[in-house]
Amino acid sequence: MTDRTHSDISLRVNDATHRLSVDNRTTLLDALREGVGHTGPKKGCDHGQCGACTVLTDGRRVVSCLTLAVAAEGAEITTVEGLAGDGELLAIQEAFIRLDGFQCGYCTSGQLCSAVGMLAEHEAGWPSAVTADVSPDRPAPELDATEVRERMSGNLCRCGAYPSIVRAVLESAAREEVAR
Amino acid sequence: MTRQTVLESGLPTGAVGVARPRLEGRAKVTGAARYAADEPMRDLAHGWIVLSTVSRGRIRDIDAAAVLGMPGVLGVLDHRNAPRLNPEAGHFFGPDGGLQLLQNDVIPHAGRPVALVVAETPEQARAAAEALPVTYDEQPHDTDFSAGHPAARPAMALFDGPVDVGDVDVELAASAAVVDQRYRTPEEHCSAMEPHSATAWWEGERLQAVDTNQGPFFVAGVLATLFSLKFEQVRIRCEHLGGGFGSKGLCGPQLVLAVMATTLLGRPVRVTLTRDQVFLATAMRPVIEQRVRIGAGADGRLRAIHHEPTFALSPLAEYIEGCTELTKTLYAARAIRTRPTVVPLDILPPYSMRGPGAAPGSFALESAVDELAERLGIDPLELRLRNEPTAGPVSGLPFSNRNLVGCLRAGARRFGWAARDHRPRMRREGHLLTGTGLAATSFSTGAFPSSASITAETDGTFTVCIGAADIGTGARTALTAVAADALEVGTDRIMIRIADSDLGPAWPAGGSRGTTSWSWAITEAASRLRDQLPDPARPVTATADTTQLLGELPSRERHAFSAVFAEVTVDPATGEVRVRRLLGMFAIGRVINPLTARSQLVGGMIGGLSMALHEEGIRDRNSGRHVNADFAGYHIAAHADVPDVEADFVPDHEPGIPVGVKGAGEIGNVGTAAAIANAVWHATGRRQRTLPIRLDRVLED
Repeated sequence: MTDRTHSDISLRVNDATHRLSVDNRTTLLDALREGVGHTGPKKGCDHGQCGACTVLTDGRRVVSCLTLAVAAEGAEITTVEGLAGDGELLAIQEAFIRLDGFQCGYCTSGQLCSAVGMLAEHEAGWPSAVTADVSPDRPAPELDATEVRERMSGNLCRCGAYPSIVRAVLESAAREEVAR
Repeated sequence: MTRQTVLESGLPTGAVGVARPRLEGRAKVTGAARYAADEPMRDLAHGWIVLSTVSRGRIRDIDAAAVLGMPGVLGVLDHRNAPRLNPEAGHFFGPDGGLQLLQNDVIPHAGRPVALVVAETPEQARAAAEALPVTYDEQPHDTDFSAGHPAARPAMALFDGPVDVGDVDVELAASAAVVDQRYRTPEEHCSAMEPHSATAWWEGERLQAVDTNQGPFFVAGVLATLFSLKFEQVRIRCEHLGGGFGSKGLCGPQLVLAVMATTLLGRPVRVTLTRDQVFLATAMRPVIEQRVRIGAGADGRLRAIHHEPTFALSPLAEYIEGCTELTKTLYAARAIRTRPTVVPLDILPPYSMRGPGAAPGSFALESAVDELAERLGIDPLELRLRNEPTAGPVSGLPFSNRNLVGCLRAGARRFGWAARDHRPRMRREGHLLTGTGLAATSFSTGAFPSSASITAETDGTFTVCIGAADIGTGARTALTAVAADALEVGTDRIMIRIADSDLGPAWPAGGSRGTTSWSWAITEAASRLRDQLPDPARPVTATADTTQLLGELPSRERHAFSAVFAEVTVDPATGEVRVRRLLGMFAIGRVINPLTARSQLVGGMIGGLSMALHEEGIRDRNSGRHVNADFAGYHIAAHADVPDVEADFVPDHEPGIPVGVKGAGEIGNVGTAAAIANAVWHATGRRQRTLPIRLDRVLED
């Protein structure tokens, strides 16, 4: 139904197309959870302050609670459910399990999507607030614990799994580098 | 059969003691784990809570008609049409007026639910709730806490009651050095990442709910009493929980209101709190002021500890923030006096937050001990070692197993404490000041009645059923190991079911007593099952209830212990404190799963770091309302605040308790704030007696 308050949209989520009629006020987070049925992204604050709802749109991390569903049309959206292709876990997912990068698991979907997006940002040479040299011709910043902590600070974890998360991110990044 | 060896303590070991990733790990990294708000449900309606915006008064009017015509709205519940509740319902401290929602027009505090709007979609429910006209007759409120408040009265003495051993005044007068200080901690919020959510529906005469809580059996009992139902009529499940830290120990407003709505509307209703509602309407740690007087002879032997905590509560419900537990446990002193006092205010009833009592209590006590070491010119580590008691300092009971010295010595060695120059403000790195500090801690341990059943299945597996809850502790994984060892089989043959009130009586995940209580029940059920096996008629089930066994446990001082060491940097120009190193050495009994237990302790210490530096619930004096009810205003430690925290164990076990566990949930939180505050003094020469250690409290001219 399309009227003043609703829109018919189609969302590309984890390589599948979903046609939805959404209230125009519906956030991408609510559309994913209530409409598509992907409850991996979590609503920790609905204010963009905790990061539990983080998903990737066209490979970049966004807080889906501050994104309107109608504005996400045309984007390739990846949720935590779509990180592992064909059932084989990403190195970072496997590292989260082995190194205990979570406790309650509620922030984990966002931590994982954020980490994947963050690693791509780093790979593309983006600096962070703790990068010493931000001049245009600088070498790519080395990914160390301080960089990871700074770049992941939008993802809160009340259980305090931060040290294990940082280890898991660094380890999986190192593995990917070796694999390349 | 797994090969079993026997420890020095006589306890067998197999799966217990081995680091194992969580059983639900894959589900949690793929988004498949379903939390309460994730359960798919047919014909679901959504409730949105409306909270009081005034701190005291009466509801003049709620104009439900103004929103009933809005799109999708199914109904508005308020005090005029809500089901009547049983006023006798309560939690651990007796009847709890916090449960009596929508029963009358009285507003006892800001953030009190006054209505629930139910609609077809969450957007429609929210829009109508925000449009609902509510008017109040406001009355003067009092939310202004002070220890000298005229309404102050003794706290209830269910536990942590007042004690008076020896003559504190005489001993203080005879002391070579005396510290007499006041320590303040603000309202602090549990802030679990998962907001509270409940989905309730009726199946015939049976009320079903999926809820976020730390004890489905306990909460089902409260709910049954509240709605005057038979216990058998209520079933509550909570398969996965997004943290709790105390705030989900109660029958929450989300559940009470969802049950009311489904009862009136006849269809499933989900009520999920927003983040600001979690701050405003679910229990917090109260604001506390503690006076500590402590004196010692020139030899460093304590002569007296006088500890008087005063905390806020609500007239709606009793509560005990047991701040003086460590005061009665950690040190030998000739005289010990405690007197917990409460100040009733127009606030939401406070309740347990991680490390209840002990976390703020240890901040006061262990800061004061550090100040005493400074006055005496004694190494703070040495001062603590000199006052090691041989029996409970107040009770006189023997300790079941006391390993504080082991924690202090092992931690000091690893941290490099011996090289410390104890004088403050002696170290600079560029513009930064650096310092180190430590704190000793304890947390009481024990077990509460629980039941478990184990079925030997025909295929050789064992189904273990226990009404435990996993709030992030890894309960499934730990209890699987316990069951495997008790049955002397591999963990691959154990199928565990938890988080369902139908599984029988079980203590909630709380008070650092979950794993201890549940392990005991599982061990006992396994023992009974093994008495029946080999039984030709599988499946066969054995059930055990530990109520009677617990009564046979000899009376002892039973505690977990730890020592926490911190190194900080302080920028005197900005006031910024950063924790550079954090180490905790723990004696928490036998460690079932070193991987998950370490995570729990590290997480607890990070909670303590957050308490030390960041967390502060702030109220506006004029309105009485919280002004920072979100994660922008109420900061909890983020990645960038946290160094690579280290936690390790000293060999330990708890005698008399099966598996020898003590509990790891709270103790990580305890002591960390004092260790950091002591390190800030060591860096700057200035004591921090008020938490959090904000920039403006550190900033130098």
